[in-house]
Amino acid sequence: MPNSHPAFKTVVPNEQPTEGRSVLNRALAQMLKGGVIMDVTTPEQARIAEEAGACAVMALERIPADIRAAGGVSRMSDPAMIKGIQAAVSIPVMAKCRIGHFVEAQVLQAVEIDYIDESEVLSPADDTYHIDKTAFAVPFVCGARDLGEALRRIAEGASMIRTKGEPGTGDVVQAVRHMRMMNAQIGKVVSLREDELFEEAKQLQVPYDFVRFVHDEGRLPVVNFAAGGVATPADAALMMQLGAEGVFVGSGIFKSGDPAKRAQAIVKAVANFEDAGMIAALSEDLGEAMVGINEQEIDILMAERGR
Amino acid sequence: MNQTVRTDGAASCGQGQTVGVLAVQGAFVEHERRFERLGCRCIELRQASDAAKPFDRLVLPGGESTVQIKLLHELGMFEPLLERIAAGMPVLGTCAGLILLAARVGNGGAGGFGTLPVAVRRNAYGRQLGSFHASAAFAGLEHVPMTFIRAPLVVEAGEGVDVLARIDGSIVAVRYGNQLGVAFHPELDDDDRVLEAFLAMGGAESARAFWKSAEAVRSIG
Repeated sequence: MPNSHPAFKTVVPNEQPTEGRSVLNRALAQMLKGGVIMDVTTPEQARIAEEAGACAVMALERIPADIRAAGGVSRMSDPAMIKGIQAAVSIPVMAKCRIGHFVEAQVLQAVEIDYIDESEVLSPADDTYHIDKTAFAVPFVCGARDLGEALRRIAEGASMIRTKGEPGTGDVVQAVRHMRMMNAQIGKVVSLREDELFEEAKQLQVPYDFVRFVHDEGRLPVVNFAAGGVATPADAALMMQLGAEGVFVGSGIFKSGDPAKRAQAIVKAVANFEDAGMIAALSEDLGEAMVGINEQEIDILMAERGR
Repeated sequence: MNQTVRTDGAASCGQGQTVGVLAVQGAFVEHERRFERLGCRCIELRQASDAAKPFDRLVLPGGESTVQIKLLHELGMFEPLLERIAAGMPVLGTCAGLILLAARVGNGGAGGFGTLPVAVRRNAYGRQLGSFHASAAFAGLEHVPMTFIRAPLVVEAGEGVDVLARIDGSIVAVRYGNQLGVAFHPELDDDDRVLEAFLAMGGAESARAFWKSAEAVRSIG
């Protein structure tokens, strides 16, 4: 019986997480690399995503574009809806909770979600504190606009990072800005003298050990995906060429004319992100892309939520 | 674990060998880093033209097997890689890679190469909360660290399949000819012995000595 294994006993839901959990949770993010994580709102959409080659799905009640259109307070999805999606697919299922809403996170852990996205796409529940993610056995992914935000989230226990982008817009400009910012800051930390790292930790408002890691390794301690505004195969490949290790696509797929075809094209573009000939072929006859809104045209900048 | 466990001459055991690593999705970079450290040259297999390049060994990494199988077909690599495996090229499948090799996938999901006569169950330990770390014997090697991430299990091993490791009685590593399938991730733990065992498969006489001695001391199964 697998359940009788001692290592297994430490990981039953609701039990205290062990130090080993964070290693296992970072490892799951490593398995998702080179893949596309798609927002889905129904079991039917989840199946389409899985068949199109999604490496995971994000279960949510409304995709960001609709959240933006509907306005009002946006919360964690109905657990029954999440369970429906879990039953429909065999790939990992993620779900979002509000920033700082640790009870929503507890609920998601209770339904054995594979990854929790503590997300600025939902209305923040706490304007000061993020969730203490080290208190959970399930992994968390968090958004970050720059190196400081990323390392603060990792210090709080996030085992995966994504750019914040600007969700629900179909405008990739913010994801690009955040990815370039992250790369530039990592490059700077790498170039510093060792005796300058203490001041850098102070400036970034993060623990010294994390700055030290970035200095020595030239990368974040966890996997880093792109998210927000990715709508085409070329958008996805752009983020990969800028150094993303994988891509989240939210509204871009199920707000477009032919979701299944577009989803497949984005998956293949991520797998061959440096092959312009293939991306050209993949970009043909995809039907209408999501309409999109430019960042100057919107009232709420979700990326501003949580620092 | 801070210290990498190595056997004698580890740094050079991959010298002169080119490893083709399936690189359509998943943890392929981790494999490349490890095999390069063992002296191998690695090439990434992303599309049909890559699969036609010369290489000596094939690695099927962890990731999502559904994605990998789909892309293998659609990017034109399924047939050429299947031919190489059938012709006896040494192949290592880890986690999703084991599923790709398995002849039968018990609980759904598309079939892969089907060259390894075993039946596997996907996500055998459940969701991410069921992921775990363990240490067990592997082909006579003691205390091999094993990381299982939403891992599959071998539920049935066909004739001629060597069982190399078990966890609580369940089969987590098998060998059949030049195919090595493991449910865990040797590329994530700081222990090169499983990867070295792979490099010793189907190779020169001196390399075969490893498997001879491993067979002699194998008491599991």
